[in-house]
Amino acid sequence: MSDFKTLPVEPNLLIEMYRRMLTIRFFEEAIFDVYRKGWMPGLAHLSDGQEATPVGVCMALRPDDTITSTHRGHGHIIAKGGQVEPMMAEVMGKVTGYCRGKGGEMHIADVSLGILGANGIVGGGLGIATGSAFTAKREGKGRVSVAFFGDGAVNQGLWYETANIAVLWKLPLIYVCENNQYTEFTYWKNLTAGEGLVARAQAMGMPGIEVDGNDVVAVYQAARQLVEAARRGEGPATLVCYTIRYGGHHVGDPGTAYRTKEEMDEWRKKDSIQRCERLLVESGIFSPQDIETTRSEIEARIQNAVQKARQDPFPPVEEVSEHVYA
Amino acid sequence: MSMRELTFAQAIREALDEELARDEKIVLFGEDIGAWGGVFRTTEGLYEKYGPERVIDTPLSEEGYVGMAVGIAMTGMHPVPEIMFGDFITLAMDQIVNQAAKMRYMTGGQVAVPITIRATMGGGRSSGAQHSQSWHAWFAHVPGLKVVVPSTPYDAKGLLKTALRDPNPVLFFEDKVMYHKIKGPVPEEEYLIPFGVADIKREGSDVTIVALSRMVHTALAAAEQLAQEGISAEVIDPRTLTPLDEETLIQSVCKTGGAVIVDEGYQRFGVTAELAAVIAKGAFDYLDAPIERVAAMDVPIPFSPPLEFATIPDEERIIQAVHRVLEGRRPQ
Repeated sequence: MSDFKTLPVEPNLLIEMYRRMLTIRFFEEAIFDVYRKGWMPGLAHLSDGQEATPVGVCMALRPDDTITSTHRGHGHIIAKGGQVEPMMAEVMGKVTGYCRGKGGEMHIADVSLGILGANGIVGGGLGIATGSAFTAKREGKGRVSVAFFGDGAVNQGLWYETANIAVLWKLPLIYVCENNQYTEFTYWKNLTAGEGLVARAQAMGMPGIEVDGNDVVAVYQAARQLVEAARRGEGPATLVCYTIRYGGHHVGDPGTAYRTKEEMDEWRKKDSIQRCERLLVESGIFSPQDIETTRSEIEARIQNAVQKARQDPFPPVEEVSEHVYA
Repeated sequence: MSMRELTFAQAIREALDEELARDEKIVLFGEDIGAWGGVFRTTEGLYEKYGPERVIDTPLSEEGYVGMAVGIAMTGMHPVPEIMFGDFITLAMDQIVNQAAKMRYMTGGQVAVPITIRATMGGGRSSGAQHSQSWHAWFAHVPGLKVVVPSTPYDAKGLLKTALRDPNPVLFFEDKVMYHKIKGPVPEEEYLIPFGVADIKREGSDVTIVALSRMVHTALAAAEQLAQEGISAEVIDPRTLTPLDEETLIQSVCKTGGAVIVDEGYQRFGVTAELAAVIAKGAFDYLDAPIERVAAMDVPIPFSPPLEFATIPDEERIIQAVHRVLEGRRPQ
């Protein structure tokens, strides 16, 4: 834990990281509530517990950098600047949602923010991220592309095909693996040979870093190092962030059948938000009262988003045939 | 218009050349399409002319480079990945069906995905079961994709230029048997052919033969033989499957009262089935006999020539199908 004298990031940056992490945490908790009350159709894949990874990475990005996200994507969207109101509306299938209700909780995108979509196919966004990196290199403006994916995607062939291309062509692409320990219901080491993704990346000539994915400052520092190298034209890199999802694979899974209470208790001790709050208070940036005020403000915004989304209309059925073709 | 004769491959190469010159957002990707000029010579000279930044040799990673094309398209360029043998398109299926086809829809219209995927099709070269298949029907089944199946050098050039200006994912299927065997007039002047407009390749009055890609030439040869028997066959090429010019097919069958549909893809659940349904509904009151379908036999494509040719539609099978239609006519 850093103290005030060695605080590794600007205070305003740390505050913004905290706010985005809290927004993710409260957004996910609100969706669980919305689901239990029957206010949303379908299921949701929540990322509470993992907040430090998307926030640490996205705070190292520029607005024109792009990301691709996963089926567990709400955190990436918020971290890259997505607004909770159209997100919540999308989760409820409303016309005011980011995708006019056509995408749903698994497919939220805001292309104007460089969010090239969350993807329901595990690893499916890796091609899109590589393509965005190709265009970025062509444009020559120092833009980078980030691919978020989970521990399951490292065993999809697309990772190897795109990583090979990205290394060969020195594309400005950061592969961010959020290893949340469980590929759906199975411990990742039972599914993954060898020493993990960094070893695999290094075998292809790509640098890689492993980091505590619950330490937002550590994630930020690692991401920043890799992002800046990519901006300078040094090619792709891999960042593996070890973290945990507090909930199950989706809102219908309590996540208790394949994980022990002791294991989860250990992870709770490493909670990313509590650690960030301690850092803010111990370094004198925030008082405990500031923490409470921030929590109340963000919680109120999310609850307003829930109430607004509930009142928003569903899309008119005539829209069903729109947007198939450009 | 001044006309010259180009081969099917030359017409495609010329369309790529002109569009690469017109629009710097167009980038070609594929296996050995660059320095080597493409295994079918459809990109010959383009690497030298436009450089390795725009005519790009890829690793043998169909899923990787087609997936990359989706992201390139979403960020404002127009990638043109080539699938050397259309059979290999299975390797890129998720990226085409779950990514390219749906990105616009899933984002509520936030993005366009202008990709032109060129793929070969067609058997008859003793290339075996994994280098001979014609998978265009699969993509016509997927909302969000357009499917082009040209039959002549003229159509190939005009339709490919249209594809390279279309803001959607387009699957452009080229029958590799036609590349160097089929020659035809292509004007020097620029022209485009819109999607969704069928072409009447031969006018006739007794029966309608609908055929696409290389099967158009087989159908025209069959029509020539039928003419010697006194049977007047109309040959219609839909040219694009998505969008489909239903009206031209229906009007022709309303005129002739009979239809034979020919395709080199598989018969079961294939293009011939869909076109038969369109005609059966649109020209129901005018049909004098059941619609006949002539398509690839529903077996993997064999290597040995007598076996392979037994699976592919030929003139004789088309002529027999026309006879069945005419014999099946109800008495007037």
